[in-house]
Amino acid sequence: MPSMDHVIAARTQMGTSLAFHIVFAALGVGLPLLVFIAEGLWLRTKRQAYYDLARTWAKGMAILFAVGAVSGTILSFELGLLWPQFMKYAGPLIGLPFSLEGFAFFIEAIFIGLYLYGWDRLTPVQHWLTALPIAVSGAISAGFVTLVNAWMNMPTGFRFANGQVVDVHPVVAMFAKPWLVEVLHTTIAAYVVTGFGAAAVCAFALLRRSAEDRREHVLAGLKIAMIVAVIAVPLQWIVGDVIARFDSDNEPAKFASMEALFHTQRGAPITIGGLVGSDEVRYAIEIPKGLSLLVAFNPNKEVSGLDRVAADDRPPVALTHYSFDAMVGTASLLLLVAAVWAFFELRKRTMTNWLLAGVALCGPLSVVALEAGWCVTEFGRQPWVARGLLRTTDAVTMAPGLDIFFYVFSFVYVILAAMCWWLLRRVGTHAHDNGHSSEHDAFARAS
Amino acid sequence: MSTPLVVAAIVTLAGIAAYALFGGADFGGGVWDLLATGPRQGLQRTTVSHAIGPVWEANHVWLIFVIVAMFTCFPPAYADLATGLNAPLSIALIGVVLRGAAFVFRNYATDSPGLAQTWTVVFGAASIIAPFFFGDAVGAVATGNYAWLSPFALSVGVFAVALCSQAAAVFLLRETNIPQLQADFRRRAIRSTIAVWVLGLVPALLAKTAEPSFFAALTGSSARIAIVVAMLLGIVVMLLVARGHDMLARVAVGAEFLAVLIGWFGAQAPNLVPGHWTLASAASPASTLTAFLIAVAGGMVLLIPSLILLFMVFKGPARAT
Ligand code: HDD
Ligand code: HEM
Ligand code: HEM
Repeated sequence: MPSMDHVIAARTQMGTSLAFHIVFAALGVGLPLLVFIAEGLWLRTKRQAYYDLARTWAKGMAILFAVGAVSGTILSFELGLLWPQFMKYAGPLIGLPFSLEGFAFFIEAIFIGLYLYGWDRLTPVQHWLTALPIAVSGAISAGFVTLVNAWMNMPTGFRFANGQVVDVHPVVAMFAKPWLVEVLHTTIAAYVVTGFGAAAVCAFALLRRSAEDRREHVLAGLKIAMIVAVIAVPLQWIVGDVIARFDSDNEPAKFASMEALFHTQRGAPITIGGLVGSDEVRYAIEIPKGLSLLVAFNPNKEVSGLDRVAADDRPPVALTHYSFDAMVGTASLLLLVAAVWAFFELRKRTMTNWLLAGVALCGPLSVVALEAGWCVTEFGRQPWVARGLLRTTDAVTMAPGLDIFFYVFSFVYVILAAMCWWLLRRVGTHAHDNGHSSEHDAFARAS
Repeated sequence: MSTPLVVAAIVTLAGIAAYALFGGADFGGGVWDLLATGPRQGLQRTTVSHAIGPVWEANHVWLIFVIVAMFTCFPPAYADLATGLNAPLSIALIGVVLRGAAFVFRNYATDSPGLAQTWTVVFGAASIIAPFFFGDAVGAVATGNYAWLSPFALSVGVFAVALCSQAAAVFLLRETNIPQLQADFRRRAIRSTIAVWVLGLVPALLAKTAEPSFFAALTGSSARIAIVVAMLLGIVVMLLVARGHDMLARVAVGAEFLAVLIGWFGAQAPNLVPGHWTLASAASPASTLTAFLIAVAGGMVLLIPSLILLFMVFKGPARAT
């Protein structure tokens, strides 16, 4: 068995890479939709503000998409570089969704080329339409990769005999039991993050009065982005609730860890926060009988605790529980701000600075929810990579030098993030120029 | 070998060929960007940027395609390769990542010349590192013991960089219609074709002493034909470039790449990783191969028209600028 340090080095690298990639991936799903809406509104109304908005968002999309593509490439390598034994077992089973995802990437990359460089080579309507395949294939590629995660949570489509995976059915494996809810939840998360992310940038600009010359375009951006968020957040709550109930039936160890429920009991409480020890939680806020109610709509229903899980099959309870609380906590704030904004908008009240500040805060908060959600699913699955099939410690690579590459890649991420931040700020503040502006501006003048 | 296995192997090789040619030409563009010199230095770089800009992300997906094909169809060989070649592949990966990011960063940082300059250098350097270490990894596979630091493997890396530069120079001929600039790229295309010719002989000579079994395979009948064809095509490329038949030169370069790859992997077949895995011993179950091939066939129905659209919009004859 490989030394623990080795496993930790590999897990840290995988976790860092995914935590980095997922942000760009989520924006890669959502931004094409925003761009599509903005440019469509411009085509209909011919209002310059919509045109400027589409151009600004498209520039952000170009930068974010490039970083999403390279960080995704790191991940596809890391699956093999860090977890060769996992891929050896799982490759035949999960290769199918990854292959399909590959084609979604092709379509995405091709149309993003057409969109970004096609302003003066396509007619306005053609150009607008090239954003649609980007948006669709982005969502689909996120869906395919989530199918892999669903399979890791509940592996299926094979039999295990004499240490060998036999009777492989890739199509069955592709649709593991949690597939639908997980795909919905992850896809909607992308719209939550993009909606609040883009709205936060606009709200911030309004608060700082840094875009007074472009006020109309910033207000339009705020509205479009918030509409997307306001639709997505309640849906996300509904789907999240379904997943939690699904887990209580199908993944009891994960569910008990999320809720930090150590003892199997009737009338189990909801536990929020607290200090998670090795077999109890102290100082937590408890909602009596809440968990039993949520799980079965019955206050006296019995809920399985960690005492039913063998000691070496338990996930890291504290990490899973805090991650879950972080997701639900931030999700609550997102819901609150979305509701207040919708109220103001429907009543046609002018936005107060308090509300704008709330929206600006929701940008980073939505990313916290996204990251925390993945931590729930990843930590809650431990000690397994593929539950019941392969333990994480057995999946790791034996190659030397992991720690060196971990530092190198971490350094690369820091540089990429810093550079992205710098460029995006420029895009936000210098709306009217950029690298290939000459040809674009010619188009703007012609139209 | 079963039919799905043969087809899956061909599809994987086709993916490698597509990445070598299109991804390789993108890398080569970076090389010429780094080596841009003379009175038209700036123009040369602009041409590279305009040529790569719309297509690099799509070209890059061929790499993902190859990886996915490998771990879907030949998982144990993939696991071994990823372990044995961990170091060169990780370095190549860093090259791939930095060049993609650097390309976008320098194009969007135009009003900060210092920063744009730095990323231009990173872009060029990473464009050499990536193909070098991919080539090195391919050479290391042929040694049978992942000897990626052996002179043989390293010489394959150098050869790979030369191939990329050649493809890029030939492709760039049709990306501009400024005569002097075309003349610059024409000189580069001819020189790099000569370099490919010479540098291609080095691994072969090294193999003769260091890798006798691979050398024997290379000079076996079928591989020999492909290699002779590749060498002849190199001469054809040179003639076409010199005569100004730029479109035909593109086709000839593509054929040359294909011949090199067929010669190389043909020499190894039916081994996938000599000494460790054959295509058959590493293959996934038939159900997986079949599902993969159906997915590829379905995907191609969408991919091919989209690619044609992309190249029609951007890769027609250069427009007046
Ligand atoms: C903006 C992001 C976001 C928001 C607002 C929420 N989630 Fe979430 N959640 C995710 C983003 C996310 C995610 C990152 O997308 C995950 C990781 C894996 C997955 O399928 O979705 C996730 C996973 C995840 C899981 C674990 C899935 C598993 O591995 O079995 C549960 C139980 C929930 N969520 C429940 C909720 C509930 C009850 C929410 C509302 C209160 C909620 N989520 C809001
Ligand atoms: C479908 C996509 C994903 C796949 C295929 C995947 C795969 C893996 C694999 C193979 C491991 C290593 C084994 C293990 O620790 O279980 C891992 C670990 C990890 N991943 Fe994921 N992952 C995915 C999505 C994500 C995302 C989006 C995040 C974002 C935050 C994430 C966070 C982590 C973390 C934190 C670990 C380390 C877990 C630990 O140390 O306990 N994963 N993932
Ligand atoms: C749940 C987790 C994940 C989601 C939601 C997701 C989604 C996406 C999306 C939407 C994109 C395209 C948008 C962009 O580039 O900005 C993307 C790019 C990419 N992702 Fe992920 N991904 C996830 C995890 C992974 C994993 C685990 C891998 C590797 C095995 C991976 C590999 C890639 C690759 C290779 C690309 C680049 C494609 C290109 O070159 O265009 N992703 N991902």
